[in-house]
Amino acid sequence: MSSLESKPPVAPGDPAGTLENVSRRHFLQGSAGLTLGIYLALPPAVAREQAAGAAPFSPNAFLRIGEDDRVTVIAKHLEMGQGTYTGLATLVAEELDADWAQVRVEGAPANAVRYNNLFWGPNQGTGGSTAMANSWEQLRKAGASARAMLVAAAAEEWRVPAGEIVVRSGTLAHPPTQRQASFGRLAGAAARQPLPATVRLKDPAEFRLIGRRVPRKDSAEKVSGKAVFTQDIHLPGMLTAVVAHPPRFGARVQSFDATAARAVKGVEAVVEIPGGVAVLAKDTWSAKQGRDALRVEWDESRAFRLGSEEIRARYHALAETPGAVARQEGDAAQALAGAARTLEAAYDFPFLAHAAMEPMNCVVRLGPDSCEIWNGEQFHTGDQKALGALLGLPPEKITIHMLYAGGSFGRRASKDSDYLLEAVHIARAIGGRAPVKLVWLREDDMRAGYYRPAFHHRLRAGLDGDGRLVAWRHRLVGQSIMAGSPFEAMLVKDGIDTVSVEGAANLPYRIPHLRVELHTPTDIGVPVLWWRSVGSTHTAFSTECFIDELAQAAGADPVAWRLAMLDAHPRHAGVLRLASERAGWGQPLPAGQPGERRGRGVAVHESFQTFVAQVAEVTVRADGSFRVDRVVCAVDCGIAINPDVIRAQVEGSVGFALTAMLHGAITLEEGRVVQSNFHDYPLLRIGEMPRVDVHIVASAANPTGIGEPAVPPLAPAVANALAAATGKRVRSLPVDPALLKA
Amino acid sequence: MITLDINGQRIPVDTDPDTPLLWALRDTLRLTGTKYGCGMAQCGACTVLLDGQPVRACSTPVSAAAGGKVRTIEGVDRTPVGLAVQAAWERLDVVQCGYCQSGQIMSATALLERNRAPTDAEIDEALGGNLCRCATYVRIRAAIHEAARALA
Repeated sequence: MSSLESKPPVAPGDPAGTLENVSRRHFLQGSAGLTLGIYLALPPAVAREQAAGAAPFSPNAFLRIGEDDRVTVIAKHLEMGQGTYTGLATLVAEELDADWAQVRVEGAPANAVRYNNLFWGPNQGTGGSTAMANSWEQLRKAGASARAMLVAAAAEEWRVPAGEIVVRSGTLAHPPTQRQASFGRLAGAAARQPLPATVRLKDPAEFRLIGRRVPRKDSAEKVSGKAVFTQDIHLPGMLTAVVAHPPRFGARVQSFDATAARAVKGVEAVVEIPGGVAVLAKDTWSAKQGRDALRVEWDESRAFRLGSEEIRARYHALAETPGAVARQEGDAAQALAGAARTLEAAYDFPFLAHAAMEPMNCVVRLGPDSCEIWNGEQFHTGDQKALGALLGLPPEKITIHMLYAGGSFGRRASKDSDYLLEAVHIARAIGGRAPVKLVWLREDDMRAGYYRPAFHHRLRAGLDGDGRLVAWRHRLVGQSIMAGSPFEAMLVKDGIDTVSVEGAANLPYRIPHLRVELHTPTDIGVPVLWWRSVGSTHTAFSTECFIDELAQAAGADPVAWRLAMLDAHPRHAGVLRLASERAGWGQPLPAGQPGERRGRGVAVHESFQTFVAQVAEVTVRADGSFRVDRVVCAVDCGIAINPDVIRAQVEGSVGFALTAMLHGAITLEEGRVVQSNFHDYPLLRIGEMPRVDVHIVASAANPTGIGEPAVPPLAPAVANALAAATGKRVRSLPVDPALLKA
Repeated sequence: MITLDINGQRIPVDTDPDTPLLWALRDTLRLTGTKYGCGMAQCGACTVLLDGQPVRACSTPVSAAAGGKVRTIEGVDRTPVGLAVQAAWERLDVVQCGYCQSGQIMSATALLERNRAPTDAEIDEALGGNLCRCATYVRIRAAIHEAARALA
């Protein structure tokens, strides 16, 4: 998930597009009858192609209405758990005045022109908590236009003024003549109507679906085991591939002996590919056994060989020197020198694996002039380009079936299409003679890199004689995520990867002298990637923990002290006030059992233009182990499209962030990744999950995202609660309970 | 050839006896609701019921399942408890990505079949082997209570 939310929409022209009725040119396949198709205006070349009948029928609409009354919303974004399919369908159904029960959702094909993320220019993809924000106007217009055409069709058929027709829950009615008809009955006639030149969108007071809990569209399939993930795809003649990957980043195959592997029953082929040796078999288990029987000699002459401790030492040394300046206000050095009191703190953050429950996988079928992909697809356009380049095909020849993803947290938005390319390399190595399902076992997934980068932060701040924060210097050291990504040109400026410092360079507190510096080491050969909430995963922790420590040093209440410096940031202040009120901030916590210490802590953070404050309550036992009892969250994400999905995302984000705080660390020894599976990279279990209270700020602002923004404040809120309980400040994650011993 | 009893059907399975039940279900029988997550009984995504007891199919050889009754997510709605659990899951919109939820539902069904009114602590213990990376745990607890109420 990249953090491109801060960019204004960059699509040329009207970002929400002009709608075009293509139904008059295309009839649906099969016997479904006439349907109403609403498309974004097609570019001239595509339109010419379609008019000439050259383009095959493809369901590229944002919506279809069948004679069976079924409304199908075409989702351009990946459903990876965050509720996009439900949210996108809500936008269409709201303006269409459809009945929620008649709406179903279908994943869009890859098409950068029709289905691009409007915040990303000509790129289709999902990330940066942008799905609802970029679709907000576009999909409501799609729904409203369809509604207008249905109304026009009814007016024509009934010979009544369109203005007298009412639409509700999938039915059009003309009360004066008591006539009514369903969407499906009028779909054919509506398809022959001209597209309205303009459509009126509803005033929020008219919303019937937006702002209410409507049930998720993916629940039924997911509770019955019927939802189809990439892992579940089976094609005729398909082979399953399991790969022997190198033990270190940058190592390559020197030689291999496949004799034993080929002897495994079910194994059909063993092939070398750039990233290792693949064993193809009739089923997964045979492929795994074949892989385990391989003997591979690796050329590690160019491999990365540092361990985590050495990387940390290098980062600490770098932090002693000035870095590239990411933000400067006043003169922090002078103000620090003149401060009545200065404090310092340093923080360390490990590499983190995404560890989605569905390990990375991909199905590919090659044809003489085609490539078909089945994937929990998050980066359509980038993957089309990368695969096209490998195969010598134009990007649009790469067909992508977007399936549900069993989690991603950023991983499936691979910046260099790593696992997809691996699948295509394997399919090509067997001459495309069979479809291939690449399956990464958990160990492959855990050790493949593309981690949240390790970071080191060093902060120094000065208080004046009245306890006011007058100076702040923040130095960060860590690898660039955006370097080598399709967004590098957009997001790396003057040596600063803006996502390395997001949440730090835009610190909202009013501090007269402030300087943020960044070191970006380029000699660390560990692939890194956006990981749910990206830079804010570490910047929220260091800034909010240090602010808390400074408030304590100033003898001030942590909430009041923050609020005094947030006068220019009302939305930060709003969530901070709401969370602290609902948490009973200022009232004593009930005591724990004998020997237990309790504490409450707060943090507030903005990411992806969504504002979240959290108050955590903890209980610390004598041995330093602790539990998080409750987290009270306040969120401001603009208009709440579906409050229940928002609550679910906040609850899940708390658990996801707590996993990292309690357990998360990928470590390297001489370049080798130590962890391999959930026994040594543990995830939060149900018994560790706190109670989560979610309060949503009522807002008239356009909606922003909620998939990521509740992650960043959790760890600092908990750390501040631990400090309140024990007096000990957490400086390194994951938390070492030994620090908190009584 | 080994014969398995799966969701009340006796099905011959052409596989080695030491093949994990998970892969026989998924790859041989195409019952793909049961998921692969870790392959070492750490995550519970592959949880199925063997004679009513939750087991991790990734670490249960087919030979160990022969002679017993296997229930998978595809057959969970064959009992009132399974139906109630699925209904509660849907009513509360527990799922996010959904990948682990078959396993969660199987463990919850096994719990409620032996304990119709579990406490939070009992839920935490019974579901402690089922990881959810989306951390839907708050709703898993709530849905189990909801299903218990519906069954009462």
